[in-house]
Formats: sequence, structure tokens, C-alpha cells
Amino acid sequence: MRTILFELKEGLMIALRAIRANKIRSSLTMLGIFIGITVVVTMSTAIKGIDNSFQDGISSLGSDVIYVDKFAWFTNVEWWKIRNRRNIEMADFEKFKQSAKLPLAVAPVINTFQTVKFGEKRVETINVNGSNADYVQTTNFTFEQGRFYSEVESNASRQVAVIGSEIAKKLFPRGDALDKTIKIGAANFKVVGILSEQGSFLLGPWNPDNQVFIPIGTIYKNFVARSRGTVTINIRAQNPALLEETKAEAIGVMRKIRGLSYDQEDDFSVNQQEGLTDSYNSIVGVIQIAGLFITGLSLFVGAIGIMNIMFVSVRERTKEIGLRKAIGAKKRTILSQFLMESSLICLVGGFFGLLAAILLSMLINQFIPTAIQVDAVIIAIVVSLITGIVSGLAPAYTAAKMDPVEALRYE
Amino acid sequence: MNIINIEHIAKIYQVGTEEVHALRDVSLRIDKNEYVAIMGPSGSGKSTLMNMLGCLDTPTSGIYQFNSINVSEMTDNDLAMIRNKEIGFVFQTFNLLARSDAVHNVELPLIYAGISYRERRERAQQALIDVGLQDRMHHKPNELSGGQRQRVAIARALVTNPSIILADEPTGNLDSKTGEEIMVLFADIHSKGNTIILVTHEEYIAEHAARIIRLKDGLVEADEKVKKFKAN
Repeated sequence: MRTILFELKEGLMIALRAIRANKIRSSLTMLGIFIGITVVVTMSTAIKGIDNSFQDGISSLGSDVIYVDKFAWFTNVEWWKIRNRRNIEMADFEKFKQSAKLPLAVAPVINTFQTVKFGEKRVETINVNGSNADYVQTTNFTFEQGRFYSEVESNASRQVAVIGSEIAKKLFPRGDALDKTIKIGAANFKVVGILSEQGSFLLGPWNPDNQVFIPIGTIYKNFVARSRGTVTINIRAQNPALLEETKAEAIGVMRKIRGLSYDQEDDFSVNQQEGLTDSYNSIVGVIQIAGLFITGLSLFVGAIGIMNIMFVSVRERTKEIGLRKAIGAKKRTILSQFLMESSLICLVGGFFGLLAAILLSMLINQFIPTAIQVDAVIIAIVVSLITGIVSGLAPAYTAAKMDPVEALRYE
Repeated sequence: MNIINIEHIAKIYQVGTEEVHALRDVSLRIDKNEYVAIMGPSGSGKSTLMNMLGCLDTPTSGIYQFNSINVSEMTDNDLAMIRNKEIGFVFQTFNLLARSDAVHNVELPLIYAGISYRERRERAQQALIDVGLQDRMHHKPNELSGGQRQRVAIARALVTNPSIILADEPTGNLDSKTGEEIMVLFADIHSKGNTIILVTHEEYIAEHAARIIRLKDGLVEADEKVKKFKAN
């Protein structure tokens, strides 16, 4: 055991000398691994970051909420089949609320896109959400300041609003949004609540951070004619275990309200977070595989480069190998010397690649969320080591096998 | 005391479809503290014999006993160990590590022998002092003259206290004055009890030895004492 440690340590020293002796060549060799690892790690931090962002966004939607809508979020049913569906009316909602027994809370939602202004500042194309006081119960919203609008305010269609954290930041950089009056479209609304940061950029216009929430009556009064807009019914189940039953009940109640006979298909859709997750997973799954393939390819190219250089290095040092063997180096000593050289080059290259990846991730984080994790670091190190060993193996074996007599004669 | 005992050694090489008989039938004995020169023209088999003696190669047939151990059929690893501990090589082209200093070059065999850092540094430095290079210890080969490089190589050969010093045309790459200095150094080493085997094709170099073995066509043609030889 002692001799193995000794041999490893001496092999390491010899490998270090060899690398330092030819700094330029070693650096160029490292470049391949450096680029490969940078790409692999950056890609994995970006994917992890997007994943985290997605999970955050999803959780703000709630896994125990379903949405009864005119159309499905994702569908491969032909458009012509569903384009003639009727809107869902407030009247449908009222009937639904009366009939459904299982939900914890239900709320009607209608959306419009408006410009929101305060003084000189404005934000365009904001998703304005109109609902009733029960709406907040169908979400997991938390408040930075203030509160949601109340049942009284909602029934009276008072022009009060709750704004998302991004809206608050943009219109009120000093954080003094509460009780101020903002303009939604052409109408004045008083801010009664500001949400804390909830969601995720991935939700786009449905990111609560970028939404404004007002009583549904004010939507009809100011923005959308009653006859035109379709209402979404948000339904929160009492708990996730009852989700399927709640969903089944909802379908049944809706069918009755819509007067559908047993042989007619639903003329509405029930959406839920799970659908989003499935879609997300399938998209991300493809991205991950493609990403892995591309980055794997770049690592492969790097490994070939290393193998190439190691072969050249071995050839160049033929006389030296002959000399070492003549004065007593065994085959395995020569083998480990060159294996360590290639492994060391790869480890150092991988280490710098990791540093670069971390820097790059921090840079990219401004545009796409990234998450640097311990397992990315471990993967980087292990991959570097394996690449070093695998690409160094053939050249090292060639060196070890050399006949010392011929090697010494080599010119 | 008998260090080298070779009995009816033959070496046959396959070169394509041809068989080359580098050594046909060679027998000889070399005792401790002898100073032997092996001479012969090209193709006489002297390089092959030298490789045999240095345990760099094994004979096709015959027996080679080194310090009473039969090395003719040893494995590569065992031969490597024998070379490391018992044989000090000195080459015509010096064969130093170009990017390492003198001390590291000299300590190299000790590394392969598993000697600790401190001990091998000491021994390497002492060996360099013994060959007169105490002021050049941390010079790299390209900072040394030809003669100095060969001295480093000789120090390297001596550092393991080997049974034999095997020198292959040690002055071949040196001018005559420097060559003579090296031969003086060999004489000094010999006087300290070492066994030296010199391989050369130069008559005047061979005459520094006490005994000349002449090879021709893979056989020993002559094996005679040098009359002019004077031990130091």
C-alpha cells in the first residue's frame, strides 16, 4: 500500500513537471476540456434554474385548483370542432356556485389587457384580472402590503385594485403604492394591496407579478361588454386528494348547466396545473436531451484532441521513455505517468471550465434564471477525470509497451 | 567474485522474413572490479551483447547469470528492477531529461527504487560532488557543456551503487580533450572498486581498459588483457 501511494505521488510529480515543461501545449490541450465543461455546466445550471423557476410559478397556481374554461390550455383537437363553443356567462357561474358542493372556493375570472399608469410611469399590455373576493382563496397569494379587495367592495364594483410585485416596482419604485390611485385604461383605481413576488417569468402574462386584480363588475363597467367576454371559473378543491372528485363533479354540474345530453361532448374544458407540468416536462425533456447531446459532443471533441496531443507527446518523448525504462521504470510506472498527465490536464481544464461556467451562469442569470448546484460541480470533476483517463489510456499504453532498446535508438 | 557469467548466448532477430543472427555463441565471465572493453565493427553483435549485459533484452538461447541469478528468462518487470538496482548506464548521447536540473536527473533511478525524497536528494548531490559538479547542481542540461552533461550521466549511473557500470561509446559525442577527462573519471571510478564495461569501436578508448573482448559476426574473436594497463 505504501509503495502504491509512493508511486502515485511520484507519478504525479513527474506528470506535473511534464505539464509545466510544455506550458503552451498543455494549455492548448486543456482548452478542449475547458470549453466542454463550461458548456456542460452552464447548460445544466440554466436548465436547473428554469426548472426552479417553473416549480415556483407552478406552485403559485396551486396543485389543487382547476379552471373551467371555454377552451383547453393545450389541445390537439381540431380547431373547427371547438371554435363554435359558447362563452361561459356570469349566469353559468352563479348556477355553478349554487350547485357544486365539493369545492372549497369558486370564483369567476375575466381578463382584459390594458395599459396601467401612475403619473409619468406606465406599463403596457398588462393582464387585468377581474373576479370577486373569493378569488384570493383560489390562489396561494401572499401580500407585501395591504389586502385583497373585500366582498363588499366586490359586490359594489368599487374601483379598487390589487397589484403584482413587478407592477409595483415599475410604477412605484419607492415602494409607496398603497392607497395611491392608478389609471387602468382610462379609469381610476385605488391600490388596496400589493402582492409579494409570486410567480415566474415562464407564466408570461399569467405571472401574478405582472397582473392587476380588480372586481369583476368594474371590468364590465369599463372594459368588456357582458355579452362579449367569456368567464373562467376557478375552482379550489378542499385538498389535493379530492381534486379528481371535485373535477368530476364540476364536469357534471357544467354539463347540466349547459343542457348537454349524455351523447354530446363537453362544450367547455377543465384545465389544471398538471397539464402545464406535463407540457413543460415534455418540452424540457427534449431540450435536456438535445442539450446533453450537443454538450456531450463538444466534450467528445475535446477528448479526441487530448488523445491526439498525448500521442504526439508520447512519440516526442520516445527517447525519454527508453531512458526511464533503462534505469528501471516498470511498464505500469510509465503507464501511470502518462495517464496522470492526461488526467491532470483534464482536471485543471475542467476546473477552469467550472469557474468559467459559474461566471457565465451569473451573467446569464440576468436573462434566464440559473441555479448553481453541488452536483453540477461533482459532475464536472468526475467527467473531467474520466475524460482524462479514457483519452490518455491508448497513448499511455503505447508508451508503456515501448521496447527500451528501440526507444533509445529513436531519432 | 563472479558478477557476470554468460554461457552460449545466442540472439536471433526476425526482420521481416529474414532471420538475423546477431549473436551466435558467446560465453564469457566478468568478475568484480574488472575494467572490460568490448570492441567490434558494425554488425559484430556488440550492441546486442551490450543490451544483454544491461538486461535490456533477453537471449534467444543460452544462460545469463548476473550475480549468480539467472536473468535469461526474467519478466520485464523483474529485469527493470535489476537494471534499476544493479546497472548504471552511460550513453553516447547522454540521455538526460532536458527540462530538469542536474540533481533531478541524477535522482531519477532512486525515484524508481522507491527511495524517500530526503535520502535521494542527499545521495544525488553527493554523486554530483563525486564527479566534480558541486557548482552545477541546479543547472539544466542546456546550461552545461558536453563533458559536464556526461558527468551528470555518470553521476546518475553511480547513484544507485550498481554492480556494473555499462558505458556505450561514452566519449563518442565529445572532443578528444573532454573525452580524455571522462576516461580519467572512469579510471577513478574503477579504482574505487566499481566494475566497468565499456563498449566502443575506438581502439585508443578501449586501451584505457584492462581487458578487451573483440567480437566479430556474433562470436568472440579475442579476449585479451591490455598490456599497457595501469591501475590507479
